[in-house]
Amino acid sequence: MKTIIMLELQNINYSVRENGVEKQILKNISFQIQDHKNIVITGQNGSGKSTLAKIIMGIIQPTSGKILFNSEDITNLSITERAKKGIAFGFQQPVTFKGLKVKDLLRIILNDEFDCNECCTYLSKVGLCAKDYLNRPLDNKLSGGELKRIEIATVLARQAQLNIFDEPEAGIDLWSFDNLVNIFQEQNATNLIISHQHKIISIADMVILLNSSKIDKIGTPDEIIKFIDTTKKCEKLRGIK
Amino acid sequence: MDAITKELLVQTSDLHAIPQGAYNIRKDGKLLSRNCSKEIQIVSKQDRDGIDIIIAPNTKNQSVHIPVVITQGGLNDLVYNDFYIGENCDVLIVAGCGIHNDSEQSSTHNGIHTFHIGKNAKVRYVEKHLGLGQTNSGKILNPTTEVHMDEQSYFEMETVQLGGVTYSDRKTNAVLQANATLIINEKILTTDAQKAMTNFNVELVGENSKVEVTSRSVAQNDSFQEFNSNIIGKAKCFGHVECDGIISDRAIINSTPKISAQDVNAMLVHEAAIGKISEDQIIKLMTLGLTQEEAEKQIISGFLS
Repeated sequence: MKTIIMLELQNINYSVRENGVEKQILKNISFQIQDHKNIVITGQNGSGKSTLAKIIMGIIQPTSGKILFNSEDITNLSITERAKKGIAFGFQQPVTFKGLKVKDLLRIILNDEFDCNECCTYLSKVGLCAKDYLNRPLDNKLSGGELKRIEIATVLARQAQLNIFDEPEAGIDLWSFDNLVNIFQEQNATNLIISHQHKIISIADMVILLNSSKIDKIGTPDEIIKFIDTTKKCEKLRGIK
Repeated sequence: MDAITKELLVQTSDLHAIPQGAYNIRKDGKLLSRNCSKEIQIVSKQDRDGIDIIIAPNTKNQSVHIPVVITQGGLNDLVYNDFYIGENCDVLIVAGCGIHNDSEQSSTHNGIHTFHIGKNAKVRYVEKHLGLGQTNSGKILNPTTEVHMDEQSYFEMETVQLGGVTYSDRKTNAVLQANATLIINEKILTTDAQKAMTNFNVELVGENSKVEVTSRSVAQNDSFQEFNSNIIGKAKCFGHVECDGIISDRAIINSTPKISAQDVNAMLVHEAAIGKISEDQIIKLMTLGLTQEEAEKQIISGFLS
């Protein structure tokens, strides 16, 4: 049976100039992702994980390299075009809005075919009751955990082919964490998850370990954790085991 | 009623038909139509242009609409409307004003509204302002609102400038007695070379009186807005002013929220933030499939909703 490659990164580089000096954030990142898989990108703080996620969504343009989505070159497509092609993005720090309500975001996603029951489904998945939250403004009166769960619900509501989650566990309480892991396992899509969490790493079909702006290793969760232990390259990741 | 008048009434007062209950529709400086109810009397003033709206004590769940429509160029309309709201009332007052001016001359409406709100009365007051027309002539609206609030009264004011108003000078003055609560929500959109001035002056003289002023404004193109508020606490009271502005292009917003505590137990807070639309907000909506333009429109629409 032929393997279907949904996302492919070819030699992605990204650098910025800081105080006149060129700083390489990502170096020669290449990998392929198959459809309907859970992929975790992990690595130390500052290794380039979030930057890589933003490059795939089109929020940041790579300095060089190519991104293929369903065999189509999307490197120069805008965020909007990528979203319409089936890529969704959950932010590490959810964005707040003065005036916009939870139902407004869901209405945008559902193309104005606002269905309260459908909204309820997505909010329930992240442990929120639609009755209590649909009319809540997306502002700082919501707690960080509530905002994060709403952020995840908006990604689920998009029903995209590829969901990118940037540290979805950040701000989520332990009580809700198992539920979050279940969401990733149940989703009928490919999830690309930036995470440090051992439990999230353990459900991955494939783990990409970044270190110092480069891919250190790609493998199964066991292979990656063993690699981290044996090479002792990443004290922080070892600590979460 | 002609199509222009109907459109202005819909947009400024949500009136799709002649309202039930009390109303007074003023068009081009003259009375167009009026109706009183058993509890709400509307009487023309004898000494100057305007009306007295007298709402009997204990009137509940009733509304009064007093929209103003101007379709003539060169008209300078000045009207004094005094509201006497009896004790224990719970009413809605809608007072939109729309100008449709296709002439080369400016049209102006100066509405001076004075509210006397009885003890324990609850009033929701909505005023929407709109300018329409094919020409660049002036569509000028200068609303003045004076509010005298008796003990334990509640007044919620929603003042909205929808667009097309070339110049506005909005003045709101209020005096609150003990346990009175005043809520003001102001929303203003200016484009082109429009100017909008706002002045709030609130005196908290009674124990446990409270005011919350929230102003949200969007200034685009070459427009200019100035927001001034002055909250004076003369007793144990609470006052909060929040002014948020979004600017784009070459627009300017000046904001001066002043608070003056004249009693050791007065608690007054002001917040002001002006800036362009946050890039993070635009990006978030783009990840949901909106274009940058659609995202900006959605953010502004939500901000002013």
